[in-house]
Amino acid sequence: MARKLPAKDVVIIGLGWTGSILAHELADAGLEVVAIERGPWRNTATDYPPGYVADELRYRIRHELFLRPEQTTFTFRNKMDQTALPIRSWGAFMPPNGVGGGGVHWNAETWRFLPSDFVLRTHLTQRYGAGFLPQDMTIQDWGVTYDELEPHYDRFEYLCGTSGQAGNLKGQIIDGGNPFEGPRSRPYPTPPQGQPFSHTLFGKAAHELGYKPFPQPSGNLSRAYKNPLGMRLGPCTYCGFCEWFGCGNYSKASPQTTILPALLRKPNFSARDNSEVKSINVDGSGKRATGVTFVDTDGNEWEQPADLVILSAFTIFNVQLLLLSKIGKPYDPVSNTGVVGRNFTHQTISDVTSFFDPAKFIFNPFIASGAIGMCIDEFNGDNFDHGPHGFVGGGYVGQVQTNGRPIETAPVPPGTPRWGVEWKKAVKENYQSALKPGTGVHGSMYSYRDVYVDLDPTYKDRFGRPLARITMDFHDNEIKQNAFLTDKFAEIFKAMGAKQVVREYRKPPYDVTKYQTTHLCGGAIMGTDPSTSALNRYLQNWDVANLFVMGASAFPQNAGYNPTGTVAALAFWAAEAIRTKYLKNPGQLINA
Amino acid sequence: MRNVAATLVALAVITASSTRGGSADPQDFAAVARGRYLVDAADCKSCHTVPGSNRPFAGGRSIETPFGTLVAPNITPDRGTGIGAWTDDEFDDAVRQGRTRNGSYLYPAMPFPYYARMSRGDVDAIRAYLNTVTAVHNNVRGSQLPFPLNIRSEMMVWDRLYFKPGEFQAHTDKSEQWNRGAYLVQGPGHCGACHTPKTVLGGDESSKPFRGYALQGWFAPDITSGQGALADWSADDIATYLKTGHNRHAAAAGLMGEVVDLSTSKMNDADLKAIAVYLKDVSGSARSNAAAADHDILAAGGAIYQDLCSACHAADGKGVPNMFPDLSETATVSATDPTTVLRVVLQGAQSVATDQEPTGPAMPAFGWQLNDGQVAAVASYIRDRFGKKASAVTEQQVQKMRAQLATSHY
Repeated sequence: MARKLPAKDVVIIGLGWTGSILAHELADAGLEVVAIERGPWRNTATDYPPGYVADELRYRIRHELFLRPEQTTFTFRNKMDQTALPIRSWGAFMPPNGVGGGGVHWNAETWRFLPSDFVLRTHLTQRYGAGFLPQDMTIQDWGVTYDELEPHYDRFEYLCGTSGQAGNLKGQIIDGGNPFEGPRSRPYPTPPQGQPFSHTLFGKAAHELGYKPFPQPSGNLSRAYKNPLGMRLGPCTYCGFCEWFGCGNYSKASPQTTILPALLRKPNFSARDNSEVKSINVDGSGKRATGVTFVDTDGNEWEQPADLVILSAFTIFNVQLLLLSKIGKPYDPVSNTGVVGRNFTHQTISDVTSFFDPAKFIFNPFIASGAIGMCIDEFNGDNFDHGPHGFVGGGYVGQVQTNGRPIETAPVPPGTPRWGVEWKKAVKENYQSALKPGTGVHGSMYSYRDVYVDLDPTYKDRFGRPLARITMDFHDNEIKQNAFLTDKFAEIFKAMGAKQVVREYRKPPYDVTKYQTTHLCGGAIMGTDPSTSALNRYLQNWDVANLFVMGASAFPQNAGYNPTGTVAALAFWAAEAIRTKYLKNPGQLINA
Repeated sequence: MRNVAATLVALAVITASSTRGGSADPQDFAAVARGRYLVDAADCKSCHTVPGSNRPFAGGRSIETPFGTLVAPNITPDRGTGIGAWTDDEFDDAVRQGRTRNGSYLYPAMPFPYYARMSRGDVDAIRAYLNTVTAVHNNVRGSQLPFPLNIRSEMMVWDRLYFKPGEFQAHTDKSEQWNRGAYLVQGPGHCGACHTPKTVLGGDESSKPFRGYALQGWFAPDITSGQGALADWSADDIATYLKTGHNRHAAAAGLMGEVVDLSTSKMNDADLKAIAVYLKDVSGSARSNAAAADHDILAAGGAIYQDLCSACHAADGKGVPNMFPDLSETATVSATDPTTVLRVVLQGAQSVATDQEPTGPAMPAFGWQLNDGQVAAVASYIRDRFGKKASAVTEQQVQKMRAQLATSHY
């Protein structure tokens, strides 16, 4: 029997980026806020100090900062007629755990989505006709526009101190930036990061091919910065230990470096770490959340009553918690009804590995940051005419190599033995002169009727609750898109002077053991129609008015960018709606 | 006889009322507010509250001194275990004379030699405020000093040697701002309690005010200007440091972090500027150009510095303003006594977070990673290269510091 705690105004489930943003915004509005976080507290100097953070084995190979599958995991299958099995070691994506969430160990690529991404179905249908889209593709408009989100993108970038070059300032195209981006109201708060040799060379080659290369917008800062909360970040040292690692010297934007210390000074905010929320509790009407029930590390159950519930866990845990709490109708792909679990997506990533003449090229790949890189956006979203190509979607491509860490960085030409003297010789010869961007082709993944999340019929977690089950495979559209982008990407490396370019296309079936990104999206999507979305345009649950669900789970489909900028912009957008609309008149903000 | 007795009783009553016994006007809000400000300025909470407890001023915090451990008493208005039953005169005697209610002598861990400079009006305001805080029943056992130091009357001799009673007297040749600063520094702020060198008996070496002193495993550095350690700090730098805990040169951590947190960050800008103006006018002696460490040791220290320190403090030691200290302008780096440098390298340090500077960056510990010789090398390198030729640090000094940190309670 859960013991009841004193009621709060707001309970926040998960203290990552969006939980921290909402906690700050709502505490700032004077509300009593408590955040409940499944994982441990994390601080820079005690959890990932420079003295040992550069430990590739500990953090990259052994996954120090991530959720342990023995604590909880998901089951996976490609097709609806298969039996899903539990994931016992993370592969395709890396579920975060602990205070700061993925914000601790991200690469800090801080993108905005294209204006057309938010009205995708309308836009593509208008341009190419409804028949151009695959029949089982379930892409939707978001219910919110780029222009509405622009001030919130801006807030996040100024919170982080994002380093970048504007390409479109209030409609004016600026040389050196991304000319395809939506208009931004002001420049990035800090100039772009410096670019190492290979990244610079990529930019030059792309320019000579007629593209408009630009530096990737980065949350690893080019210079020291003080944000609007008074928080300070130091300049990045280009150490090459970003993604999978915490930043030891306060130069990567994270909840720890941009929000939490300021938030903790507020007497109306408190947090409980190492506490896992088991359910969102709903009253008899099913229309109102009464709070949450969570379990601490001693196994004690607690009920935390609250007037407002913010669900801000990782994508798939948001979906799982809604399903377990019986909030919203579960998605059924057969009858194509229900909303919770639908339009689940990931990303379509591929890479090319290029070998240059060691006598002429010394790239020093270890000089890097997580969001360093020169990119082009000519093949993203609908920035080009898809008519002749027979697919939709796209992505940025770029030389975005984030590190030269020894365990992972051993590119050798095809045909090299996989071990022994010859392999060692090839590694030595190529370490300084081979390029492997990692996620160089950052393609979109659009949504389909048979890609979704539901509750597993067999496997349970330690509380006896069903695990979330992922059903996901690549569709032809994404495979075509990836082949097109990978070829375009490879041409640029050829132009850089590579003697050999190896294309590593993304091929079906979707492989849950091969890392792509952690950009799982959808499952509790926003929209304008309660029969096809779980949330309204303010991320408010259609059924339970005092429940708002943050995160990429709200994306109706994934675009060809890293999602964090959009995730955070949506969080600020929802926070503003709560502060200016909901608190004045608690109830459904949209009557559908 | 009965008449005589009655007269004596009457006289006693008259005397009591004329000494304002416990009578600070509870409705004199101006005095209460001023008292609250002065309690912050005098940092009473630091000693009289157990850190992290929700019973402010209830005492019980252990104060480590070179002579043994003292425990700060309860100064809430509880009549039984606090100071609720004290008259204002008795309170004033304790604060400015170092004498308890029963006439015995206070140990100078209570900084009465500094508080003696305060005006009676300020002491009364402090009392007025303390009368308003929540009374807590908490019986504190004061002294845990070893014999013979536990005999309080010995303090009579100490007082005669080191205690100079008397309120602050304004220097008419100085500005009002300077005098306000001097009053705050010498009186309620009791800066000299940590920053002025002490004799073997723990009294101020009055000829060397603010030239630095080691206590509780930290070195409270020289805070003099002129040729002193803060020569390159402007008055604004000092005021910013006291207000926010950080400035373009340095960051407050350890005991000074606590002072900023509980005291100076709550003071108003005019007072902080006054303190800064006064301190800029206190001259210190020039640094001695100590002999550098062995060339090989400096080379090793330099390599360790590049490897472990330069990510934050930068290759040139300049750090990041308001975030990572500039090692060439941090007084503890160039101090004759390397206590703070060694402690911070071994144990790390959490800089203070304030409303203006909420980040509170922390330096990680390196004691687990570097052996005594390596710590000595990197400390020597930092002191030689950035600390304006401060003396080299020996392996033995590191060993001693490590042992001290392992056994002490701070």
